[in-house]
Amino acid sequence: MAGKRRALSETDAPVTPDLERSAIRAESRRGFLLALPGYAYLVIFFAVPMLIIFVYSFGTRTATGKTLLGEWNLDSYQRLFNHFVLGILWRSLALALATTVISLLVAYPFAYYIATRGPRLRGLLMVLVMVPFWTNFLVRTYAWRLILGRNGPLAAVLGFIGVNEPRLLFTNAGILIGLVYGHLPFMVLPLYASIERLDWSLVEAARDLYANGWKAFRKVTLPLSMAGVVGGTILTFIPAFGAYIEPELLGGAQTMMLGSFIQKQYYAVSDWPFGSALSFVIMALMLVGTIIYFRRGGRTA
Amino acid sequence: MTVQSAIRRHGALERVLAAHSWVVYVFFYAPIIVLVVFSFNDGRQVSIWQGASLRWYRQMLQDDALMSALRNSIIVAVVSTLVSTALGTATALALERFRFRGQRVYDGLLYLPIIVPEVTLAAMMLVFFIQAFDYIGRLTGSTPNLSLTTIILSHICFNISFVTVVVRARLAGLDPSLEEAAADLYASRWQAFRRVTLPLIMPGVLGGALLALTMSLDDVVTTSFVSGPGSTTLPVYVFGLVKKGVTPVINAVSALMLLASMALVFSSLLAQRGGSAAKARQRKKEKKA
Repeated sequence: MAGKRRALSETDAPVTPDLERSAIRAESRRGFLLALPGYAYLVIFFAVPMLIIFVYSFGTRTATGKTLLGEWNLDSYQRLFNHFVLGILWRSLALALATTVISLLVAYPFAYYIATRGPRLRGLLMVLVMVPFWTNFLVRTYAWRLILGRNGPLAAVLGFIGVNEPRLLFTNAGILIGLVYGHLPFMVLPLYASIERLDWSLVEAARDLYANGWKAFRKVTLPLSMAGVVGGTILTFIPAFGAYIEPELLGGAQTMMLGSFIQKQYYAVSDWPFGSALSFVIMALMLVGTIIYFRRGGRTA
Repeated sequence: MTVQSAIRRHGALERVLAAHSWVVYVFFYAPIIVLVVFSFNDGRQVSIWQGASLRWYRQMLQDDALMSALRNSIIVAVVSTLVSTALGTATALALERFRFRGQRVYDGLLYLPIIVPEVTLAAMMLVFFIQAFDYIGRLTGSTPNLSLTTIILSHICFNISFVTVVVRARLAGLDPSLEEAAADLYASRWQAFRRVTLPLIMPGVLGGALLALTMSLDDVVTTSFVSGPGSTTLPVYVFGLVKKGVTPVINAVSALMLLASMALVFSSLLAQRGGSAAKARQRKKEKKA
């Protein structure tokens, strides 16, 4: 019926290129108007602020902690190479990498197990993953402070089996536990999605060709689920690198991470130009890293 | 040969995987359970059990600052969710159903608030508002302050992106022939949207709104940067309490926050199930027709 109507209208009024072009233009205008409110919002409240901190990063901090704009310089960028700052960058990078690797090693067999259950059980098991993922992040991190605390539940459990609790709270290990806990679901979700829709007949074919289990996994299952590995890695690494709550609640004075360091520039020391330079560089690193990783991941997947 | 039977060939591997998964589930839920249990603890020590009581819940209800923070949180979450759901849904429709100039730039811009580290976003917002207020002050003579409004404006910023991503996923999986059929039946664009597209993407819109609500209720970093005196939200208030030194009241507040967010998740799961049930019904109808 649809075809008939189109055919009729074609005979009634032949569509001239001119008419078609103006129809496309009208359509384009409609799309633009629909997108406009959100677009304008993000330009004003995201793109402009981004530009402003970029400008601020070339400013000067006065003795009273105000920011002087106008005397442009690169001081803030030079201070990024100070060894104290590099130390914090290094710790953030190492902890974020460790978080990503541990999460991947824990999440892969976990997601594999869930994805290979029957459809009903699979759904239920995923809901059980989603519930903690949706519950308040701050509160869940705070709970680890209780668990890891001196004479807390973990110490009691370990004491029961005769092990002295190592000091975890306010150390790098404590932060790492919190980071893995907070970001594990971000790793599980994409892995599950890619393993679940895997074509198992390919794995079967490999097995039929006498590949052993490990080889079939390495040559078939893993490459086919690479999209999930790439997605999960990005979703875990980026927030872990800029983490603020976990190091603040579970770390100590000796384990400062980038997030807290930037926050300090805006509050404790009011050095906005330096804080802005740090923010801007991290943002740029994240963007470039994500693009490169996606491109390469896309090729291997 | 099914997946299950392929794996069952390795009984031992299967058992290891199962055991591993149980451990992961314990890891996921242990903190939640510990927290709820300790919220009923009678002692002053936060993590040493000294008998059950409700005293910290009672004390919580008498904390005026806490109650006002809770009220602020609800206002911020509701307003930012409503605005960002409207803007995000319109954006998803525009990007998925239209071709227009500047589309690629917008597409890229949309993902930035999600990719950028939270502290960076928070710093951007703070510097932007202070700079804008300074400008307004010079122009009009009265300088505005950081307030609930600045918190709401910042939350809308990251929530637009989240809503758009969720609604877009739903739209992309939608059969465009349904909308075309409506158009062929002489439905106006608006009618086609109201009667066909909107009901079909509703689960996505609700899902996006719920994500926005959760993000807003969860946010500590951005909010603590752009909140002014007297405009603290609940998570920022709790964060401050934890940093200052832990009192058992925090356990009670936290347990209630957990409970509230779980209630939200379950209601959303129910809503989505409703959505898929409606879809199934529709499919059945289509088959009959």
